[in-house]
Amino acid sequence: MTGKANRGLHRFALFTAAATFLLIIAGALVTSNDAGLSVPDWPLSYGQLMPPMIGGIFYEHGHRMIASFVGLLTIVLAVWLWRAEGRGWVKKLGLAALGAVVAQGVLGGLTVIFLLPTAVSVGHACLAQLFFSATVILALVTSPGWRRGVPGALLTDAGAPSLRTLCLVANGAVFAQLLMGAGLRHKGFGIIPHLVGAAVVAVLVVWVIARVVCSFAGEAGLLRRALTLNVLVMLQLVLGSASYWIRQLTADYPQPILPMVALTVAHVALGALILATSIVLTFGVWTRVSKPSADFVDRKVVTAA
Amino acid sequence: MLEKTTYRKVLVLSTIALFVFALGCGGGREETAATPEEKAAPAAASFTVDPATAATVTGMIAFEGTPPKAPPLNMSAEPDCAKLHGAPVFPDQVVVNDGKLANVFVWVKSGLEGKTFAPSSEPVHLDQKGCLYQPHVLGIQTNQPLSVTNSDSFTHNVHPLPTTNREFNKSQSAGAAPVEHAFPRQELKIAVKCNVHPWMRSYINVVDHPFFAVTAADGSFTIKGLPPGTYTIEAVHESLGNKEASVTVGDAESKAVDFSFTG
Repeated sequence: MTGKANRGLHRFALFTAAATFLLIIAGALVTSNDAGLSVPDWPLSYGQLMPPMIGGIFYEHGHRMIASFVGLLTIVLAVWLWRAEGRGWVKKLGLAALGAVVAQGVLGGLTVIFLLPTAVSVGHACLAQLFFSATVILALVTSPGWRRGVPGALLTDAGAPSLRTLCLVANGAVFAQLLMGAGLRHKGFGIIPHLVGAAVVAVLVVWVIARVVCSFAGEAGLLRRALTLNVLVMLQLVLGSASYWIRQLTADYPQPILPMVALTVAHVALGALILATSIVLTFGVWTRVSKPSADFVDRKVVTAA
Repeated sequence: MLEKTTYRKVLVLSTIALFVFALGCGGGREETAATPEEKAAPAAASFTVDPATAATVTGMIAFEGTPPKAPPLNMSAEPDCAKLHGAPVFPDQVVVNDGKLANVFVWVKSGLEGKTFAPSSEPVHLDQKGCLYQPHVLGIQTNQPLSVTNSDSFTHNVHPLPTTNREFNKSQSAGAAPVEHAFPRQELKIAVKCNVHPWMRSYINVVDHPFFAVTAADGSFTIKGLPPGTYTIEAVHESLGNKEASVTVGDAESKAVDFSFTG
């Protein structure tokens, strides 16, 4: 045993991650419905806490309401971690998540005040994914399974590059691809960087599962995560193609249509799920496969308060 | 592995960089307003057209082919909007009546170089009625006042999307005072939209002289009061593109210039 899990804390962290995922969907709905500036003021909405929820206001103010709720959850989570968690790096990650959600709120306000400047909008989209990553990690490392630790000796990885490195690179590529996607949505980049990113992510993810199948097929947990990641990425390629083509087909339409909105939002949501799965797989690999870092060794000697 | 102090430094520096990045990029669009030099420049003497010699250019704009069939506007996001219309409302993007094209902005593109025309003090009106902009296309002189009104019983936001003029986004509740604005720079096809009701769209064309018109429902246009000379006349449509023609008008002469767009 490496420490006692606080089930309440874990469930709360899990709930915060789920609410953050919902928040990312709400943000995608704002962009896809072209509702980003339907509320021209910030932090209030039309000078009120609760404006009439009509038209684009429903999406923009709804996004703000969910964001406020996630902000509150993050405050509670950070305080709870600070008081109940024994591992220093987990406490700090909780604080970093709190800082990120505050910064994210400010970035969201800047997008409204400065009329959706591309750099700020892309920054807002990317920080959302970083914050979501933090909540996923917190949910993972507070789980009973994580706290129980890994039975038996660590597995030896003789491959080059190592599976650990490969997973880290795949994680970075997934995040970079989310950045390219945000750049495309907010008209900062064209489609080419996003297509290149899709190819790179697909190759890396296939490489990861090939390594897992060839070298660690007996590790059901790793295999399951790697398979899930592959299925999600393949589905994402289909969704990405569909959402791009429907956008091209409806470019002259006077308003966003439901199939375009649904496909684009699903594409964004699946992107976030891929990032989360990639993180969970990477953490699994780093704890199960050889050469554990000092940080991960630390958790074996720290007990939750 | 990185040392803890290095982690801290990276975290702090990243946070600072993020805010500087955001603030630095955020104001970019605000810089499109007239520069101090432009504001301070002495106004050139306004050119006056002699009414006795003023010429006229008239014309008709035809549409060849089958007009694109756009789906009706979906106003379900604002049920009160939908109630204001007894029948489905179609977008004003390509309006063809008996083979003639409405909502085309026609203007003198060249031939007036060296002449300055004082902007009219009469405001150009853009109204929001039934969750639609009226008119769909309008022309306005640089620095001429634009007055945007809201005849609906619910809130709109007025959001022009210029590239060389300054962008703004103002809410306008029912019965609120008109939103007043003037564009200091010539710019065609400035889209105006309401983000509350995303189907609402109009186009403002800003030119630095008063010689322009928008085709009526029958595709006709008239540009009056031109000084005699040779001009390039341009017809600008929001989605069908631009067409040009040259015309020479003498003293008090009236000439016709017709255009044709293809669907």
